[in-house]
Amino acid sequence: MYNPRQSRKFPTMLNLNLKTTPFHERTSALCQPQNWRKWAGYFVVGSYEHVLDREYWAIRNSAALIDVSPLIKYIIKGKDAAALLHRVTTRDIYKMKVGQVAYTGWCDDEGKMIDDGTVSRLEEQTFRLTAAEPNLRWLTMNAIGMEVEITEVTDEVAALSFQGPNTRKVLNLVCEKPVDELKYFRLMENKIKGANVTISRTGYTGDLGYEIWMDNKDALTIWDALMEAGADYGITPVGILAMDMARVEAGLFMLDVDYTSTTHAWIESQKSSPFELGLDWTVALDKQGYFVGRRALEKEKREGSVWKLMGLEVNWDGMERIYKSVGLPPQIPGMAVRGSLPIMVGNVQVGYASTSSWSPLLKKYIALAHLQRPYYEIGTDVRMEITVEHHRQHAPAKVVKLPFYEPEWKKK
Amino acid sequence: MTSSNTYDAIIIGGGHNGLVAAAYLACADKKVVVLERRHIVGGAAVTEEIFPGYKFTEFSYVVSLLRPEIIRDLELPKHGLKILPLPSTFTPMENGDYLAAWDDHDLTRREIYRHSPKDAEAYDEYARVMARAAKAIKPIINLIPPDPSSLHPRDLFNLLKVGQYAASLSEKELYTIAKLATQSSADLLEEWFETDALKGTKAASGIIGTFLGPRSPGTAYVLLHHYMGEIDGAFRAWGFAKGGSGGVSGAIANAARSLGVEIRVNSSVKQVKVKGGRAVGVVLENGDELDSKVVMSAADPKRTFLQFVEPKYFPDEFVTSIQNFRVRGSSGKVNIALSELPRFTALDEPALYRGAVSISPSIDYIERAYDDAKYGQISKRPYLDMIFPSMIDPDMAPPGQHVLSCFVQYAPYDIEGGWDDAKRNQLGEAVISTIEQYAPNIRECIVGMQVISPKDIEAIAGITGGNIFHGELLLHQIFFLRPVPQWADFRTPLKGYYFGASGAHPGGGVMGAAGMLAAKEMLKDGF
Ligand SMILES: Cc1cc2nc3c(=O)[nH]c(=O)nc-3n(C[C@H](O)[C@H](O)[C@H](O)COP(=O)(O)OP(=O)(O)OC[C@H]3O[C@@H](n4cnc5c(N)ncnc54)[C@H](O)[C@@H]3O)c2cc1C
Repeated sequence: MYNPRQSRKFPTMLNLNLKTTPFHERTSALCQPQNWRKWAGYFVVGSYEHVLDREYWAIRNSAALIDVSPLIKYIIKGKDAAALLHRVTTRDIYKMKVGQVAYTGWCDDEGKMIDDGTVSRLEEQTFRLTAAEPNLRWLTMNAIGMEVEITEVTDEVAALSFQGPNTRKVLNLVCEKPVDELKYFRLMENKIKGANVTISRTGYTGDLGYEIWMDNKDALTIWDALMEAGADYGITPVGILAMDMARVEAGLFMLDVDYTSTTHAWIESQKSSPFELGLDWTVALDKQGYFVGRRALEKEKREGSVWKLMGLEVNWDGMERIYKSVGLPPQIPGMAVRGSLPIMVGNVQVGYASTSSWSPLLKKYIALAHLQRPYYEIGTDVRMEITVEHHRQHAPAKVVKLPFYEPEWKKK
Repeated sequence: MTSSNTYDAIIIGGGHNGLVAAAYLACADKKVVVLERRHIVGGAAVTEEIFPGYKFTEFSYVVSLLRPEIIRDLELPKHGLKILPLPSTFTPMENGDYLAAWDDHDLTRREIYRHSPKDAEAYDEYARVMARAAKAIKPIINLIPPDPSSLHPRDLFNLLKVGQYAASLSEKELYTIAKLATQSSADLLEEWFETDALKGTKAASGIIGTFLGPRSPGTAYVLLHHYMGEIDGAFRAWGFAKGGSGGVSGAIANAARSLGVEIRVNSSVKQVKVKGGRAVGVVLENGDELDSKVVMSAADPKRTFLQFVEPKYFPDEFVTSIQNFRVRGSSGKVNIALSELPRFTALDEPALYRGAVSISPSIDYIERAYDDAKYGQISKRPYLDMIFPSMIDPDMAPPGQHVLSCFVQYAPYDIEGGWDDAKRNQLGEAVISTIEQYAPNIRECIVGMQVISPKDIEAIAGITGGNIFHGELLLHQIFFLRPVPQWADFRTPLKGYYFGASGAHPGGGVMGAAGMLAAKEMLKDGF
């Protein structure tokens, strides 16, 4: 008799589990606290250890191996591939050389951000676009009349983010060709244990780092090769929670955490322009031809932005004083916190912090904050809400420029 | 006349709207009686044990539109209301594959992606556009419909509010709404999707309760109407009430009783008593008379205006409009007691039984089903919307056994040759043989079966014409036109006589809005 209510025959949710990445066999064996996170329909490791410290420090001090396979990836190919990306993104794609990678946002007609990611020119007429969210429909709509083929390869291409000052040495040990010449935001074709890989000098940590793109079937071979070669260089599998702390230090924001895609926004005020997110350098207003959002962005450039994403450094002494007043030492969460915190000047709210984190390296409490004009000027004194012993308090903080941390070896 | 038969207000009909109205009136300290012709209350929202041990949510089976303020105001959770999640929709396809929408967003995206990468994304965007349109329209539902031809200050004020509100919408939103109001659901969906099973399943909600096909203009609006339930997130998503729809009515009845409402079952109303141009009470079929200051009917519009009250009390034009009000029943219901769950060949997944199973493989499939109905036939291959209540609320069937609730369309009220047992069997057979295409062992699982034709809806639930919403949700029958122009504010041409059920604004479905709004208008008038 078939009765799923008591059935032994079918494990519950047999077909309804989230996907696992091509590295799952390795990552699941290493994930001690069973701390899994959902990312674009996949399970990924939140943290491999019970405390984040070692994972965080691997990013900053040695070599962190991070499974970023769920990243959404498209291959855009054809005569008009460059034209499509030129039209959709804010970068000047025509100027990109083969082997170059560009970070970019893309906007709707009103110049508000839909998503952000990287564009890699793999060949003259072949690009890879990464995105936080599915964008196929948007790309297809913009490709009408163009000779271009857009294929999502998220499930076929595995990706590792390999971050930290020792990563170059480790890669040189395992790669067929040395990576010494690979410049910041460039990519190269290479081989590891006979398997083809694309290595780009990119990442989401603000440190020296690489992203390694490979066929699913080679995933475990490459993971093993890196783990073996990296053993003497402090290689450490790192989950996305430690990466979250590093990206705040690097001043990098995240879709749906630090900004809302126009496609999700219910009201206008939830939307952000690239200028408001500090992406001025990615908006090529001087580029030739039309691109989506151009008119609105030109206008905003002329008139200035009402909001800006800035760094915020909480004044430690000031915060300590607040805690002291109730007889406590300062207490700070040991991970990045994705929760909105009001930013005040006097009794008026002038913005909000969207992610805040303790920086183990800088020994500072820092935040990515959206501030209203004129309070986004560097050096402005503001106060950020903190909760001290169940009471709402405001800690003094200063507006600073992003990133909080940029080691010299990041780009060298 | 004993004072025990004297009330402030009499409510005719113990459907959920009647019960809601009674409870609201009792909140204002009125002495209220509800008169229900059947032996149980609930109307089209009832649960009955047709076969011992198997509880059928006889007519209405899912809840989404029940107004949250009613739940709060009447403290329904305290009186037993629990709305359980119905997390998925499973559509088996004619080629042996299936399409499923699960509650997890990423899982659903991947599932649709399997059929069409483009649709996977369009799905989200479509949901947002519809949700935005529903959000834009929703405040209108909360207003008493103004009569645009009236100079009454209240109407002018409300019209102004609707106008102001419409002006606050963006051009895009207005455009979407205008389109939705005129398009067919097939046209709308074809703009968005390419997967047949996806379009079929979405289109199905545009035809429910209408005598129209997915290619008939106006069905896009019905689609939106059903979206209202989804706009406030999980809380308002389609759910299944503990105990079936009778669980909802039961909770409302308990709340009403606790507020002092008297509920009399087996009390069929014959006529409304009129004295000096006012409704002053009712006469029951058994001859008993009850007196009251006001009377509200929570039965369907035909009974309310053509049967309970002599036509001479209404203007001719009004009577004509009611006569023309379309109540063409087009759906039936088959409730099945099961010894075990049928197995779908397309997918072995226990979770699918906790959600809806929709037999809607394509728009053409549904349109073809409609073709049969247009000419007075039962659809040979009907659209089916099924749930397994016992998988959601285990108390609905004996342990290890199950019940299947199967909504079926089309089964025309005006069937060629009229409804009889043979026709009823034919309807049952059409349903079983359709399920059999996708779950071949269905017949072996059946312990008992109740087939309900639109004629039976009329006979059992007392809804004239058997239309599930007491009148189709057509553009000319909604909002300030429901039930008839100029009388959409729950008042009637007869003083002291009110109307607050599914045939009134804002329409059918287990939402309680008509009952609540009518009670509020009655209290405004004072009695
Ligand atoms: C088969 C079917 C499936 C449905 N599915 C759903 C669904 O899944 N979800 C949803 O939200 N809605 C659904 N509906 C619609 C929903 O059930 C109705 O719109 C709603 O229940 C109507 O409530 P009401 O109180 O307005 O009227 P009713 O529930 O129809 O109540 C009217 C009451 O008046 C009584 N009455 C009639 N004449 C007299 C008289 N002379 N004297 C005394 N009493 C009288 C009747 O017996 C009845 O109890 C469905 C309806 C049907 C028929």
